Amino acid sequence: MQVTIKIARYTLLDLLYNRVTLFYTLFLMGVSLVVFNLDDNVSKGILSLVNIILLIVPLVSIVFATIHMYNSAEFIELLLARPIQRTRILFGHFVGISTALSTAFLIGIGLPVLLYAPSATGITLIAAGWMLTLSFVSIAMLASVSTRDKARGIGIAILLWFLFTMIYDGFVLWILFAFNDYPLEKPVLVLTALNPVDLARIVLLLRIDISAFMGYTGALYKDYFGTAKGMIITTSVLLCWIIIPMLLAVRRFKSRDI
Amino acid sequence: MIRIRDLKKSFGKLQVLRGISLEMHAGQVVALIGPNASGKTTLLKCILGMVVPDSGVIEFGGKPVNKEVSYRKHIGYMPQIGRYPENMRVRQVVNMMTDLYPNGADMDTELAEAFYLQEMDQKFMRTLSGGSRQKVSAVLAFLFDVPVLILDEPTAGLDPVSAEVLRQKILREREKGKLIIISSHVLSELEGIATDILYIADGQVKTYQPIAELLKETGTNHTREAIIEIMNRHAGNH
Repeated sequence: MQVTIKIARYTLLDLLYNRVTLFYTLFLMGVSLVVFNLDDNVSKGILSLVNIILLIVPLVSIVFATIHMYNSAEFIELLLARPIQRTRILFGHFVGISTALSTAFLIGIGLPVLLYAPSATGITLIAAGWMLTLSFVSIAMLASVSTRDKARGIGIAILLWFLFTMIYDGFVLWILFAFNDYPLEKPVLVLTALNPVDLARIVLLLRIDISAFMGYTGALYKDYFGTAKGMIITTSVLLCWIIIPMLLAVRRFKSRDI
Repeated sequence: MIRIRDLKKSFGKLQVLRGISLEMHAGQVVALIGPNASGKTTLLKCILGMVVPDSGVIEFGGKPVNKEVSYRKHIGYMPQIGRYPENMRVRQVVNMMTDLYPNGADMDTELAEAFYLQEMDQKFMRTLSGGSRQKVSAVLAFLFDVPVLILDEPTAGLDPVSAEVLRQKILREREKGKLIIISSHVLSELEGIATDILYIADGQVKTYQPIAELLKETGTNHTREAIIEIMNRHAGNH
């Protein structure tokens, strides 16, 4: 455990050094301040932030984490000849990168939201964005250990982001459309749960309660995700999206040649 | 100290190690030689757990190494190409490795001092020349007083003075009865250091015997000539 934390600390120091985290924080903060000051209506500001959280946050998290993993190849190689378990090396990096990106998110978006919109909706927004950050870092870990080639690894990361934010939703819509003669509520519910971004989107939009913006995928499950039970399930699924890719990455990393 | 049984490893279709079995003991200085791409570095990386073998057993101090990593605290490793975090200073890298070492074994700063490492202490790794990097690698390998040293092409890229410093250091460690494995193409640098020759070709052990025996067998006085003799002998069998 101690070694994991040490590795996390070195990763974090390295990240602070390259300043991308700082720009990311400033960018998020700038956007938050602009949307909250543009209109007196706080809900509108929150709604604008939802789009940032659903698109930009996953993109930055996955690409940044993947690039960082490839840039740490030397550091990882150095650690591997030492009596340090591979699991710890990977977890150390996960914790380090997550800490950097979470801090950026919590300062950049969390702080303004708490100042301008300190409501249950605001809290949900922060929680959802934070969990998305963690799950996309986790997915990035998997992407980065799956191939040795940096360009291919970043390509995979961007493709995954594209899949989760756009392609997947289109796919679900297509299923709804193609099989609209059948009772689809349950299967589509499950399908949605398989995508962290969709899940976060539904939870957020239900909270904000602007049904006009919900679109097809959202409208179906107001009854379901609005309940406490729905919230618990959503949170658990998002947690799975943080844990499972990371565990797969560890498994892959353990049997990898350096 | 190290026992390897029927070690096999392929990278895709390429069979790099085809069943290597051998034993190494404290006090030996094993010169690992062989043509390019014969599997030398792969063998060393298998011992270090950096490459996961397809089959076979590696035992360190009587225990198989595939699950437990703690055996690595007894090994100092100098890679063929030292790759380091580019944004760190030399001092930071050395401190980090010290910090990450469990239960801090006895430090050995002799080589760091001999290489005047303090002079490049504050330089960034990315600004270092190949030779300077090699010095950092050597310092890290010898940083702790450990019973086993694995040196992969240790003097490649070092200037003659530094190479001699390293050679003297290896000799002193040999006196302490350590097991030292040196992979090298520079045959003259093995002269007077190595006690055994391990010749690998096509992923198999071709020759593994004490130098004294080998000199007698080949009728020469120099390690260098004896090695060339073995290489020629096996070149005929290809």
